Amino acid sequence: MITLNHYLIVSGILFSLGLAGVIARRNILIIYMCLEMMLSAANLALVAFSRFNVTQGLPDYTAQALVFFTITVAAAEVAVGLAIIVALYRTKQSVEVEAVTKLQG
Amino acid sequence: MPPLLFFLFALITLGFGLNVVIARNPVTSALSLAVSFVGLAALFLSLDAFFIGTLQVLVYAGAVMVLFLFIIMLMDIKEEADHGRTNLAAIAAGVAVAAILAVQIATVSGRLPESAATTRSAALKLQEAGARWEALGSKNLPTISNDLKAGSLPDAKLMGDTLFSKYAFHLQVVGLLLLVGTVGVVALSKRDKEGSSPS
Repeated sequence: MITLNHYLIVSGILFSLGLAGVIARRNILIIYMCLEMMLSAANLALVAFSRFNVTQGLPDYTAQALVFFTITVAAAEVAVGLAIIVALYRTKQSVEVEAVTKLQG
Repeated sequence: MPPLLFFLFALITLGFGLNVVIARNPVTSALSLAVSFVGLAALFLSLDAFFIGTLQVLVYAGAVMVLFLFIIMLMDIKEEADHGRTNLAAIAAGVAVAAILAVQIATVSGRLPESAATTRSAALKLQEAGARWEALGSKNLPTISNDLKAGSLPDAKLMGDTLFSKYAFHLQVVGLLLLVGTVGVVALSKRDKEGSSPS
C-alpha cells in the first residue's frame, strides 16, 4: 500500500539532492538544473497532497492549479536565467561561480 | 498503480537526480535530469494527475531541457576543470545540509497519521461527484458529469474548469509574466551596436 508518506519521502530526498547540488557544484548551469529539481520536488509534494486530500469524491484541484502556475513560472525563470548566463559568459568566458566576484565586498 | 511500479519510478527519479549532482560532464547532467523528470511524470500519473504529468513531460523534459542542452552546446562547455583544489568545505556543507533535511523530512513524515485519509484507500467517489456536478445545473457543460458517471476521471477538464473559473485572473497574470519574461530575454541578449556593454 503506497501512502502519502512514501510520496513525501521521495519529494524530500529529491529536494535534498537539489539543495546539495546548489551548494556543492561550481558550474552555474548545473546549479540551475538543481534549482529546477527542487521546484519539481515541491510540485510532487503538492500533487501528492492534492490526491490524498479527497474533497467531495474528487482530488483537490486547487493544489494542481498551483502546480500549473509553478511550472509556468519555472519555465519563465529558466528562459531569463539562461539569458543572464549567456550574457555572463560573453563577458567572463566562464560559467564557474568563482569567476563572478564583482559584487563581492 | 502497483507498489512495485511506484518504487521503480521513485528509483529512476532519485537515481538520475543523484547523477545530475555528481556527473562531471554538463551534458550528462542535463540528460540525467530529463530522465529524472520523466520518472517524476510517471509518479504524477500514479497520483491520477494526468494533466500535470503531461505538462511535466512537455514543459520540463521537453522545452526546458532542450533549452539547457542548447546553451551547454552553444557555449561548448567541457568537463568541469579540476582546479587542483577540490572545495571540500562546500561539498561537506552540501552533504551535511542535505542529510539533515532528509532526516528531518523522514522524521516528520513518519509521524503523519496513518488514518484512512492519508492512505490510498482514500478512494475517489466518481459517481457521487458526477451526480453533484449534474445537480449544479445547465450552466456547466454536461461533459464533466457524463465522464464522472461513466466512472473515469476527466482530469484535464476539471483542471480547465478550475483554471478558467476560479483562477481566471491569476491565469492572465501568469500570461503577463510570460510576456515580461520574453521581453526581458530579448533585452538581455541584444547586442549593443555602439559597443558599450548592454548587460
